[in-house]
Amino acid sequence: MTDPAVPGSAPGSAPGSAPGAGLSERLTALFWRRPGLLVALLIMPPLLWLGVVYIGSLAALLWQSFYSIDEFSGAIVKEFTLKTYAELGLQQNIDIIVRTVLMAAAVTVASVILAFPIAFFAARYARGRWKAFFYLGIMLPLWSSYLVKVYAWKLILAKEGIVTWAANGIGAGPLLDGVLALPVIGGGSLSTSYIGTFLVFVYVWLPYMILPMQAALERVPTSMIEASADLGAGGLRTLRSVILPIAAPGIIAGSIFTFSLTLGDYIIPQIIGSSRYFIGQAVYSLQGTAGNVPLAAAFAVIPIVIMLVYLTIARRMGAFDAL
Amino acid sequence: MRSDRPPVSLTLGAIGGLLFLHLPILLIFLYAFTTEEKSYQFPPPGLTTEWFAVAWNREDIWPPLWLSLRVAAMSSAMALILGTLCAAAMSRAKFFGRDSISLLIILPIALPGIITGMSLRSAFALGGIPFSTWTIVLGHATFCIVIVYNNAVARFRRLGPSLSEASADLGATAFQTFRHVILPNLGTALLAGGMLAFALSFDEVIVTTFTAGQQKTLPIWMLDELVRPRQRPVTNVVAIVVVVATFLPILGAYLLTERGTETAGGGK
Repeated sequence: MTDPAVPGSAPGSAPGSAPGAGLSERLTALFWRRPGLLVALLIMPPLLWLGVVYIGSLAALLWQSFYSIDEFSGAIVKEFTLKTYAELGLQQNIDIIVRTVLMAAAVTVASVILAFPIAFFAARYARGRWKAFFYLGIMLPLWSSYLVKVYAWKLILAKEGIVTWAANGIGAGPLLDGVLALPVIGGGSLSTSYIGTFLVFVYVWLPYMILPMQAALERVPTSMIEASADLGAGGLRTLRSVILPIAAPGIIAGSIFTFSLTLGDYIIPQIIGSSRYFIGQAVYSLQGTAGNVPLAAAFAVIPIVIMLVYLTIARRMGAFDAL
Repeated sequence: MRSDRPPVSLTLGAIGGLLFLHLPILLIFLYAFTTEEKSYQFPPPGLTTEWFAVAWNREDIWPPLWLSLRVAAMSSAMALILGTLCAAAMSRAKFFGRDSISLLIILPIALPGIITGMSLRSAFALGGIPFSTWTIVLGHATFCIVIVYNNAVARFRRLGPSLSEASADLGATAFQTFRHVILPNLGTALLAGGMLAFALSFDEVIVTTFTAGQQKTLPIWMLDELVRPRQRPVTNVVAIVVVVATFLPILGAYLLTERGTETAGGGK
């Protein structure tokens, strides 16, 4: 039904165009003559939904961020102002933004490194039964409950938990204490330090990096890897000069997920981490207990802006073809 | 790298990575049986099955569970309708604004959940809409559309136009073609998409905290327990229920879509 120009199916000979046909026949004929009408009818409800509910809400968010809060009464002043955005420039707010972006970058780099062996093995060596094994092995953690995963790490990283037990068991207890004594990234225990936050972020977002990376690696022709070896390149040289350039769009596509998800998360740093805020926590507490919806909205605009910049760069590098 | 044997370092890296992904979840199961309820002591001092009974009798667990099931059912039903319509239109033709529409469908998932949540919260605040089950469903359905869409559009693409054309040539109306040709072919893809949407909605917490007000879904109940733990092993029992409740739809979706060839993973 997509192409009325197919030979032998001229619009006049469409089914149901006979005189005296019923409603459904006449509609069929109408859709046949005007395929655009059918597409328009189909797309209208979802488009209305996304347009009104989603885009409308984004607009509401933007709108709110131009309101401000009355410092004395705490009431929202419904007048257009840039005062709220100016508040973002305060040192404590800049700290929150820088901290979040640095964490997102670190998590992305670590995910690339950890994801590569899994993705490469699954793409190049796994066959048949093993392929299915790898597929499920990546999909199940991806889809299993986010909160359950975070909770699992609370158990693991707790002071009395399995990591401390294992470290003491192999005599590495002092090493663990040494790491925790480090300034900034250390803390009372792994579950109250940036190291803990970082580990959990990497764990939870890793499958989002593996999948696009694997898809990209599957496009690397085996013959090219062999040719590289024939020309005398070692494993690392082939990796750097042949595999990585071809797989780059997939890696960038994965980094969109890991970066964006880390930027906006507020539950992981709240459950596992120091008490210093990330952007997500700032948004959540500002709109909730603090009741400062305009500043929360302005904070929420930051990840949007960062992601738009990121997506623009990614698009230039051809990452969207790998999604 | 010249033969088809993977280098040892690569094999170790791949196995290590998979273990890293799976071992933490197994630990949840172990802790559901521990006799220690005040801390996360490892190894557990003793093992018991009493927590399953305790969880069953805890009355604060059932209402959130029902609410989550209701919300997941309603939002996946809505996502099924909207996502299928979208996929039907998008697979049909190239038209003006097609790329913008596909971006619009992906956006609720591509942007961090906190933005979707905060946006909806702002809209409710501006519009004076009180929190209700429907405000939760509104948010969930929005980001579930893309899941159904991904599954359905892949099936439409594989189906191609020839079957519907043959049906039309044989004199079927558009509705007969839809009922007897398209729907049976689409069925398993829709079921898979609906199940994945259900799993996603059942588990969602970030958007929900902004759209729920005082209502408690099961993930919000769990979040409360994580922040202020009471009987810690009970949380583990609930976590196991959640793992199973999401695991089964995922496995089902995988089996329904030709071993996952269509289950777009990046869709989550």
